[in-house]
Amino acid sequence: MNLALTDTQQALREEFRSFVQTELLPYANDYDKQGFIPMELIQKLGARGYLGATLPEAYGGRNMDQVSYGLLNEEIGSACSSTRSLITVHSSLTAETILRWGTREQKDKWLPLLATGASLAAFGLSEPDAGSDTAGIKTTYQVTADGYTLNGVKKWITFAQTAHLFVIVAQGEQGITAFLVERDTPGLTVKPLEGILGTRASMLGEIHLDDCHIPAENLFGRKGWGLQQIVNTALDNGRYSVACGSLGIARACLEDSIRYAKNRRSFGQLLKDHQLIKQKIANMVTEVKAASLLCRNAGYLRDKKDPDSIIQTSLAKYHASRMANNIAAEAVQLHGALGCHDSISIQRYFRDAKVMEIIEGSTEIQQILIADHSIAGLSTIL
Amino acid sequence: METPTQAGPRVIIREFLQKRIGQDVQFADTEDIFQLGLVNSLFALELVVFLEKSFDIAVENEDLNLDNFRSVSNMETFILKKKGK
Ligand SMILES: Cc1cc2nc3c(=O)[nH]c(=O)nc-3n(C[C@H](O)[C@H](O)[C@H](O)COP(=O)(O)OP(=O)(O)OC[C@H]3O[C@@H](n4cnc5c(N)ncnc54)[C@H](O)[C@@H]3O)c2cc1C
Repeated sequence: MNLALTDTQQALREEFRSFVQTELLPYANDYDKQGFIPMELIQKLGARGYLGATLPEAYGGRNMDQVSYGLLNEEIGSACSSTRSLITVHSSLTAETILRWGTREQKDKWLPLLATGASLAAFGLSEPDAGSDTAGIKTTYQVTADGYTLNGVKKWITFAQTAHLFVIVAQGEQGITAFLVERDTPGLTVKPLEGILGTRASMLGEIHLDDCHIPAENLFGRKGWGLQQIVNTALDNGRYSVACGSLGIARACLEDSIRYAKNRRSFGQLLKDHQLIKQKIANMVTEVKAASLLCRNAGYLRDKKDPDSIIQTSLAKYHASRMANNIAAEAVQLHGALGCHDSISIQRYFRDAKVMEIIEGSTEIQQILIADHSIAGLSTIL
Repeated sequence: METPTQAGPRVIIREFLQKRIGQDVQFADTEDIFQLGLVNSLFALELVVFLEKSFDIAVENEDLNLDNFRSVSNMETFILKKKGK
């Protein structure tokens, strides 16, 4: 296993960093307060190829490998988890899954639009009464003469407020099945969802499907294989994005903490010179490094298309999201009252980190997956 | 990739399944591992990636039929068919 970055990957990381420094970090707290990210930012992400990072050039994508894509998620996530969550749902959950399982027609129609951000995509799985228990969804599909009719409600859908294309997972005669649903489908309405703890600018919405008629060609994947094929692929892709995004949050907390410790005085010393603060920093940096290696390892295995990449991605997501929560809490502590105030980013990182433990398979769901794998055989994990 | 097919897909498939299901769990080549409840929710995804990588095939939309994956023998038949043998 070689976890060193290639020259190309290093250069990409520099590119992402400079974009984030100038275009994202200075505005992220405002986006969080106002509860949305502006269209101009989304256009810039599209123009840079960040919304189609891993798509092949033939579709207008940037054809990045997974390690590089992980770096993109880390860098964007270090500044603004709401923007990172757009990349997660648009690129990882939807575009990459269409690339994997879409028909030729679906790919030709959607991927060029998604690659540039001309169309935005969102993923509708969760419902008011079903989250972790994906098989418990109640949205239904019915077969009609020329397609399908969908009925139900999807809740907590990231970027539902702006997306043009939704993947909707529904239950029907042949089991759980996924569909591509366009925003202007009659019967589809989106209600903005306010008041979320973290990723506050991620424009959550509730999607109401009221006798929505979907043409036959918008069936996504095989009937009855919606969970195994579409949802599993999408969540695996999404977990990688969230793992790297969590790493980004933690690294930002650590960087800000070190900067603060070098400037703030207490009891006649700089914070950095207090032993207990040194201990905090040593623990933070060790945790960040461990998560970084897990993310890099997952990216490396994903690039090799190794079947162990799936459990290793789960491991990276599990560790990185919990670690981000610990580090963000420590960073608030280290900043004292200032850490609790919205004039700086730390309180936002603290709120955003909690969301990472809930989305793309909660901490408890990862624990079940990782434990089951370990019990069957440790060799896939260690 | 000629080598793995020469070794016999059955051997390679079984080795992978035992690794995922547990070395100590017994099941016959013809038994339905899904029906026996031996596999978790991530397994179908891992299996597809494994088959593609080990046998140099592309599992496509239309290949997703449980009959292709339910047992070691069925998977072997599926691989041989995909390889045109
Ligand atoms: C900011 C945000 C954005 C989101 N974006 C999207 C999106 O774009 N698309 C989408 O489809 N969904 C989205 N979601 C929903 C998210 O996927 C769900 O919240 C998640 O799957 C958990 O489901 P739940 O909230 O219904 O909790 P539940 O499944 O009800 O779980 C409640 C608690 O019980 C635990 N639990 C559940 N089952 C078990 C078990 N078997 N053993 C032990 N513990 C268990 C869970 O880990 C959790 O702690 C988003 C959520 C948030 C907060």
